[in-house]
Amino acid sequence: MNVPLTLLGLLERQSSHGYDLKRDYDTYFSPTKPLLLGQVYSTLGRLARDGKVVVGPAEPGAGPDRKRYVITERGATEVEAWLTEPVEAEQHLQTELFTKVVLALMLGRDASAYLDLQRAAHVARMRALTEIKRQGPLVDKLLADHSMFRLEADLRWIDVTQARLGALAEEVCK
Amino acid sequence: MSGAAGPDAAALLEARAAVLAFGRTPALRGTDLRVARGEIVAVMGPSGSGKSTLLHCLAGILVPDSGEILFDGRRVDRMREAERSELRRDRFGFVFQFGQLVPELTAEENVAMPLLLGGARRGTALTEARDWFPRLGLEGLERRRSGELSGGQAQRVALARAMVARPDVLFADEPTGSLDTYTGEQVMELLVDAVRANGTTAVIVTHDARVAACADREVMVRDGKVTSPHLERTGP
Ligand SMILES: Nc1ncnc2c1ncn2[C@@H]1O[C@H](COP(=O)(O)OP(=O)(O)O)[C@@H](O)[C@H]1O
Ligand SMILES: [Mg+2]
Repeated sequence: MNVPLTLLGLLERQSSHGYDLKRDYDTYFSPTKPLLLGQVYSTLGRLARDGKVVVGPAEPGAGPDRKRYVITERGATEVEAWLTEPVEAEQHLQTELFTKVVLALMLGRDASAYLDLQRAAHVARMRALTEIKRQGPLVDKLLADHSMFRLEADLRWIDVTQARLGALAEEVCK
Repeated sequence: MSGAAGPDAAALLEARAAVLAFGRTPALRGTDLRVARGEIVAVMGPSGSGKSTLLHCLAGILVPDSGEILFDGRRVDRMREAERSELRRDRFGFVFQFGQLVPELTAEENVAMPLLLGGARRGTALTEARDWFPRLGLEGLERRRSGELSGGQAQRVALARAMVARPDVLFADEPTGSLDTYTGEQVMELLVDAVRANGTTAVIVTHDARVAACADREVMVRDGKVTSPHLERTGP
């Protein structure tokens, strides 16, 4: 996750105090792993140094968080470029899954039983995500959908691998 | 789990050591499955593993060569064809991969069909059938014929037809198999809602994990046998 650019994007929506920015970030993009406030301020500090945001004057009132951050032209240009750039198409094979299958075959263990359990674990996770999708707000649905497609990719791999176990075993045990 | 009974509760539907071959092709090789009342069970497995054959045996469409099929304590495999046919009509509902609507009939006539076959008057049957259209987002399509419906609409009409007589068990074989992901998901949401609202038990055959994830639990059929992995056995 690109935290600086995401924060910049949120600032393009509206200028904001550091704490509100953190709250929006956590709500939309990282509900299970909140940002540390310290990380937010150090990131904003760097963005200010690079001329991508400017810091407003301290506002009257109590509390440590009385400064507003405003995005600059340069910051906005960077957000725009970033949003149109495709993300690198990564390899997402869960390598541990792959390793377990190959090792099990090498050691003459029951790789098929392992794959059955792995499938059950994946479907169980998909069931939990399905529940989230039925009840949660749209943003949660989008995240859940993404996770589900990833899990589906693994599941297809599990199915095909299971169908090929015989041939794989021969090759690995040669 | 929505409070549905687990696999250990008294089974409404059960296959015990079911064996069935088509000529020399074995399809079921000693298949066991218990489905509790109100439970939604997904039957997964590779193509040709025997999923549809199992569903057909549970639903009294096929009779196994040996083994037992029980519904509500009754031996389905021992019933005469007329008795099984009555059971299918009165207690079961069916959804297949391709809606299999009767093309000469309108959507509402298709939905009314199970009620008409059960002896209801035409007017009553059509009124009850029409009630389903708004529930499934089908309002305005009552008079269309199946050729004038999209795949997702046809599957929803098929779902209404399967549920209109308030069956004890809904049998679905690849209900979203001909639909794209999003449309399939909408059909599954409606299916699960309808089934839960009516307290219907459901057996859903699918190779799609997304569909299986809508069920209370899933079982795998492989080479004509049911396996259901127990997650608690997984070590760290
Ligand atoms: N009507 C039939 N006649 C002959 N063989 C059949 C028939 N139906 C199914 N089979 C065979 O029985 C096996 C199980 O089929 P099926 O239950 O349809 O599998 P699945 O639904 O899991 O794809 C397959 O080998 C299939 O070819
Ligand atoms: Mg089939």
